[in-house]
Amino acid sequence: MFFVRDTLLIFRRQLRLSLRNPAWVIIGLVQPILYLAFFGPLFATVFRNGLIKGAGNAYGYFVPGLLIQLGLFGAAFVGFTIIADWRYGVIERLRVTPVSRLAILAGRVLRDVVTLFVQAIVLVLAGVAFGLRAPLAGVLIGLAFIAVVAVSLAAVSYTVGLLTKSEDVLAPALNMVMVPLMLLSGIMLPLTLGPGWLQGIARATPFRYIIDAMREAYAGQYLNAIMVEGIAVSIGLAAVCLWLAGRVFVRQNA
Amino acid sequence: MPIIEARGLARTFTSHKRVVEAVRGVSLSVREGEIVGFLGPNGAGKTTTLRMLTTLLKPTAGTATVAGADLLRDPAGVRRRIGYVPQAIGQTGGGSDPNAMVTEELTLQAQLYRVPGAEIAPRTEAVARQLELSGLSGRLVKTLSGGQRRRLDIALGLVHSPALVFLDEPTTGLDPQSRSNLWDHIRGLRATLGTTIFLTTHYLDEADALCDRVLIIDNGRIVAGGAPEELKRRISGDLVTLLVNGDPGLASGVLAGQRGVRDIAIDQHTLRLTVENGEEALPGLLRALDAAALTLVSIQLARPTLDDVFLTLTGRSLREDSPAAPAAPSEPVTMAAAR
Repeated sequence: MFFVRDTLLIFRRQLRLSLRNPAWVIIGLVQPILYLAFFGPLFATVFRNGLIKGAGNAYGYFVPGLLIQLGLFGAAFVGFTIIADWRYGVIERLRVTPVSRLAILAGRVLRDVVTLFVQAIVLVLAGVAFGLRAPLAGVLIGLAFIAVVAVSLAAVSYTVGLLTKSEDVLAPALNMVMVPLMLLSGIMLPLTLGPGWLQGIARATPFRYIIDAMREAYAGQYLNAIMVEGIAVSIGLAAVCLWLAGRVFVRQNA
Repeated sequence: MPIIEARGLARTFTSHKRVVEAVRGVSLSVREGEIVGFLGPNGAGKTTTLRMLTTLLKPTAGTATVAGADLLRDPAGVRRRIGYVPQAIGQTGGGSDPNAMVTEELTLQAQLYRVPGAEIAPRTEAVARQLELSGLSGRLVKTLSGGQRRRLDIALGLVHSPALVFLDEPTTGLDPQSRSNLWDHIRGLRATLGTTIFLTTHYLDEADALCDRVLIIDNGRIVAGGAPEELKRRISGDLVTLLVNGDPGLASGVLAGQRGVRDIAIDQHTLRLTVENGEEALPGLLRALDAAALTLVSIQLARPTLDDVFLTLTGRSLREDSPAAPAAPSEPVTMAAAR
């Protein structure tokens, strides 16, 4: 029971610090908005010429990709904040109190999900301005997927951050993992355009199933195999990430 | 029932095939209301021992009971009852977040220690007043001076009024005035609240000024323990330096038989005596020289410092930490007052 209370304590603290320094929230949005504004129209033309097969409209296809990109880069890099906190001595200070050690993780992840939600809503609204038309239910389902992705990535980022305690190790590690994952998830262009071997590799990565499911949602298709696959993968991913993170945060030594 | 009881605590770090035995079997006992200091050079194992006692690090061997809770079986219980202030230098900072406000940090800390809601504001105000932080509540931590920030770090360890507080190098990095100021606060804690304080330091004057008992630690082991005065007297002895106008050999012979004289070294006309209780022995020495009709040109009495104690025990000086002589075998010297 203390876990919930402790999580909220940590969450409120992280939120307060974020609100005091909102620059990062805004910066996180810059990349996807730029893609939307400068790449979106190019994509839309390609889409309308039939080279890309997808139900629904061009932006309905493109925006989910941007949302995942937002989630990937936003949530994956939060590990740096925990390294900074470690250097200030804040993590040790928290660990020496009776606070639930899992709450130290959960409170931070919650804050990251909230931040991402806000950014996602701004992105979706911008997308609408550019021509996105999607059912509200679809958009909400998309947000749910983003939340789960954010939870997974943030948990992993915090875990690696806490384990390595070094920005010099975390940054390349994240890049090494994030860039191929992003490329293999079909954010910009559908993987079906690629050769068999590429699609094969992509099948081993989690994000393509999630993006495909989001695209179905944005096209108004809620109940099909793709959706089920997407849900299963996202929940599975979150479960694995949270389990790993939990073990690292709760163990006796920092 | 001692408030800290540790038996054979040890901690080994393994990394890249190198094994570092940071703490090799530390046993100690601290009574309620004591101010006990761990004195030793950097790398002696002070911080590691402290982190084990505060549940931040799991011992590789040994057991302990801290504030009534078993360290290995009930770490959460230990955490509830103690306060800990990490060192402000080294790999990690003192615990306060530079981007937060002073009141936020104190309030959060009180909440983390599950101080009941109604008591949070009075407690944070009281501890802020105690450490002279009252006017600073709305300030961001990064705008505080070094001394203020350190006082905030200490306040964070005290906000829940623990019976036992661990301070890791509380004044390292501060200017002399802030240091002496902090010592007053630390003494005040014990005087007004009966708080037991366990601190680590590599400053001799700090150990002298604050500690009822000093545990000298070197290379992961406690090499001596006792009240500062007693350690100095027993292990080192006072140094009496005198210059005689006459035969130094004769003077040496006369003085050797005096009570308390442990050792005499002759350097031309200068005699260096190691004397137990120099101030009491001095009159006797003067009378003996007078009786032998020896003229005394000058005489000097030097009190030993804890550095001399450390030097005697380990062959190294705390100050430079450079090996002066092959290290003496570090066998724990049991003192009457130490346990």
